[in-house]
Amino acid sequence: MTDSRPVLTMTGISKSFPGVRALHNVDFRLYPGEVHALMGENGAGKSTLIKVLTGVYGIDEGTITLGDEQVAFSGPMQASAAGVSTVYQEVNLCPNLSVAENIFIGREPRRLGAVRWGEVRRQARQLLTRLDLDIDVTAPVASYSLAVQQMVAIARAIDVQARVLILDEPTSSLDAGEVAQLFRVMRQLRDEGIAILFVTHFLDQVYGIADRITVLRNGTLVGEYPTAELPQLALVEKMIGKELDVLERIEEQPRRELAAVEGGTPFVAVSELGRKGAVAPFTLNIHAGEVVGLAGLLGSGRTEAARLFFGADRADRGEVAVNGTPTSLRSPIQAIEQGIGFCSENRRAEGIIPDLTVRENMILAMQAARGWLRPIPRRRQDELVEQYIKALSIRPANPDLPVRNLSGGNQQKVLLARWLITEPRLLILDEPTRGIDIGAKAEIQKLVVQLSDGGMAVLFISAELEEVLRLSHKVVVMRDREMVAQLDNDDTVDADRVMQTIASGSQREEANQ
Amino acid sequence: MTTSSLTTGPSWARLPRRHVPVLVTLALLLVMYSIGVSQYRAFSNVQVIFNIFIDYGFLLVVAVGMTFVILTGGIDLSVGSVVAMTAMVSAWLLQSGLPALLVLVIALLIGPALGFLMGCAIHFFDIQPFIVTLAGMFFARGMCTFISSSSIPITDGFWTTMAQHRIGDPRGNFVSIGVLITLAVVLVAAYVLAYTRLGRNVYAIGGNPQSALLMGLPVARTRIAVYTISGLCSAIGGILLSFYTLSGAPLIAVGMELDVIAAVVIGGTVLTGGSGYVFGTVLGVLVLGVIQALITFDGSLNSWWTKIVIGGLLFAFILFQRLIGIRYK
Repeated sequence: MTDSRPVLTMTGISKSFPGVRALHNVDFRLYPGEVHALMGENGAGKSTLIKVLTGVYGIDEGTITLGDEQVAFSGPMQASAAGVSTVYQEVNLCPNLSVAENIFIGREPRRLGAVRWGEVRRQARQLLTRLDLDIDVTAPVASYSLAVQQMVAIARAIDVQARVLILDEPTSSLDAGEVAQLFRVMRQLRDEGIAILFVTHFLDQVYGIADRITVLRNGTLVGEYPTAELPQLALVEKMIGKELDVLERIEEQPRRELAAVEGGTPFVAVSELGRKGAVAPFTLNIHAGEVVGLAGLLGSGRTEAARLFFGADRADRGEVAVNGTPTSLRSPIQAIEQGIGFCSENRRAEGIIPDLTVRENMILAMQAARGWLRPIPRRRQDELVEQYIKALSIRPANPDLPVRNLSGGNQQKVLLARWLITEPRLLILDEPTRGIDIGAKAEIQKLVVQLSDGGMAVLFISAELEEVLRLSHKVVVMRDREMVAQLDNDDTVDADRVMQTIASGSQREEANQ
Repeated sequence: MTTSSLTTGPSWARLPRRHVPVLVTLALLLVMYSIGVSQYRAFSNVQVIFNIFIDYGFLLVVAVGMTFVILTGGIDLSVGSVVAMTAMVSAWLLQSGLPALLVLVIALLIGPALGFLMGCAIHFFDIQPFIVTLAGMFFARGMCTFISSSSIPITDGFWTTMAQHRIGDPRGNFVSIGVLITLAVVLVAAYVLAYTRLGRNVYAIGGNPQSALLMGLPVARTRIAVYTISGLCSAIGGILLSFYTLSGAPLIAVGMELDVIAAVVIGGTVLTGGSGYVFGTVLGVLVLGVIQALITFDGSLNSWWTKIVIGGLLFAFILFQRLIGIRYK
C-alpha cells in the first residue's frame, strides 16, 4: 500500500535536553495501512521521537504533518483527538474501573449530561469483538491479564477514529501466545487502513509483522528500509553501528563446562526451600563461579524463587546454607551481609531512584552495607563510579546526571553497577536484558561471563532461552511455580529440549540430582 | 490460544468484590439494629431511625463531601472547622442584622471558596492533601474565635422555623427539614458519582492518577472540584448544624473530621481511593448513630463507649479491606 501518500510526515526533527541531544534532524514517514517498526538501541531516540510526535515534549526544530495539515500537539489528548493514539509499554488504565469504562472514560455517550451505561457497554462489546476479544466488559480491568489489558488499551486508542496507532514496546511483558493474539489484532487494524508505528526490541517480532523499518542511532536517522530488503544481521549492524564483534564473540563461546565449577562446598545450598502460594519447595546448589540459568514462562515462579534467595520474601519452609554453614535469609539486609546481591526485574519500581544522580544510585547498596554512619569518602565514590561507568560503558558518562535522563539500557547498567560495587559473591539478575537493545544486551552478557570467570556466582533469570543457554553452566526449569528440572548445560541441551521440559515438565527424575 | 483462557475466574467470583465492603457494613448495621430491637422495646419505634437522621444529618452531609475526596485518594481535615466557621459566620451576620437569605448565600460560599483554594494548592504545588487541609483546619478554627470567643445565639425567624418545623405522620413520627436537605444532598451526590463525567473522573483518579492523566482526563479540574465539593458539603453541614443548635459556637464540631473519616471508611470507601459508594457512607453514618442510640438506651454506659466501639470497628474494617484485597496499586 506504499503507493499512497503518507498519513504522517516528520521532517528535520531536532530535540535537546540539558546535557543530551536526543534527536538531530530526523525524518520519519508513516503510510496508511502499514506496520512500521522503529528500531534503535536504547538511547537512540525512539521514545523521544514518539513523545515529540504526541506532544509530550515540544520540538526544537522541524515540522510534523498529519494528512495535509501541519500540526504541533500540546499533549497526548490533543494528539489522540486528531487521530494519533499511543499505547505504552506500561498499560495506562485505571485498574478499579470496568473494561467498558476504561475504553470510554472521558468520551462516554451521554444524554443530558448523564452517562448512558447501557450504551457504553454495548459499544465496548462491539469494539472488543472487532479485536476478537470476548470478555466481560463490566469486570474491573485489574481482574484480567496484562495481555488483555493491553488489548483494552488498544481498543481505547482505536475508538477515536485513529489514523495512527503508536505501540511503544507493547510485547515486552507478554508471552508467546499473547504476542500472537496482539499481532492478529495489529494485522486486522492495518488492513483497515490504520498506520501502526511499532517499537520493540525483539527482532523476530519485527520480521514477523513489520512492513517497513526505520532505524535510529544516537538521535540521528540511519535509514528507512522495506523489511524484506533488510536482513536481520544488516539491521543489527545499522542499529549498533559497529562491527558485530562483541556479539559474535559471545555467540562463539563454547558451552560452559559444569564440571569445572562444580565440586567443593557450594556457596549457597538450599534444600526444600519454598513459600506457600509463591513457589513450591525446591533444592538448588550454586557454586562460586557458576552461572545458574533460571528458565520458564512468565509467571512460572522464577522471580519468586529468586526473591527467596535474597530474603525479599520469607521462605516458610526449607533450609539454607551459605558456605556450608546453615543460616537463614529473612531479610534483604541479611542476604547482603552474606554477599548476595539482587538486580530486580522491575527496574523502574524496585531499583532505580530516578531523581538521584548516577553516582548516588550506584553507591546506594554499598552505603547501605556499610551502615549510614560511615559515609563513603567522596574520592572513593568518584573512583568507583568512574570505574564502573567505564567498565559498563554507561552513556552519557556523566556521574552527576539524574538517572531519569538515561535510557532504559543505561539505567539497567547503573543498577548493575550498584550491586557490582558491593562485590557480591552471588549476584541474582532478574531479566537484566529485558527491554534493552542488542548492543547493551551483548555487553551485559559479556559481563556475566567475566564475573563468573572471576569467581562470582550468578543466578541468571531470563525469558530468552538462547541467552540462558549461552551463559549458564546449569539450567533450572520452572513451570507453574515449581522447579521441574535441573539440566547440565552440555551438548545434549538445546532450546528445543528446554522448551519441551517447560511444556511437559516430565523430567522430574533429574530434578533432585 | 483462545481468548477465554486469558480471563481469570468465573464472573460470580469476581463481580461482587467491589460491593463486599458495603454489604458487610449493611449486615453489621442490621445486626446492631436487631440487637437494639431485641433488648429494648422502644428501639423498634421508627422514630429512633428518624432521630439518627435528625442528629447526624449534618455529619452525613459532610461525610458525603469527604467521600468524594477519599475516592480520589485524598483527605480533607478541614471539614470540622469549616462546619464551625459556617455556623459561626451565619450567627454573626444574622446578629448584625443581615437578611436571612443573604446570610445563607454568603455562608454557603465561604466553605467552597476555601476548598477551592486548598484544591489548587494540593494540585498545582503538589503538596500532600493532609498538610494543606491541616492548615485549612487551623485557619477556619482560628476564624471562628476571631469572630467571637463565645457562642452567638440565633434568633432569626427563618432559622427558628427551620429548627422547629416538623414534618411528620399522624402517629407522631417526624423528621426535620434538615433531614430532607440531607437526603437531597445524598441523592445528588450519588447521581453525580455514578452518572456524570466528573464523578467517573473522581474514580479514575483514585484508581491511578498517572493513567488518568495519560488517558486525557481533566485531573487538575477534578482534583480541585472534589475539595470544593467537600467545602460546599461542609458549608451545608454547618448551616444544618446552626439550624439544629440555633447558635454559632467557636469550639463546636472539634474533631468532627475524624468521625467523618471513620464513617466513610466504615461505609466501605477505601482510603487509597478508587473504590466506594455514597450509599456506603450513609450506612457508615447510620452505624455511628445506632451505636450511639444503643448506648443511650442502655443508660448506664458512658458515652465514651461510642468512641471505643468506633475505634474497634474502624480497625476491623481497615484490616478487612486489606484482607479482601481491594488494593489496586
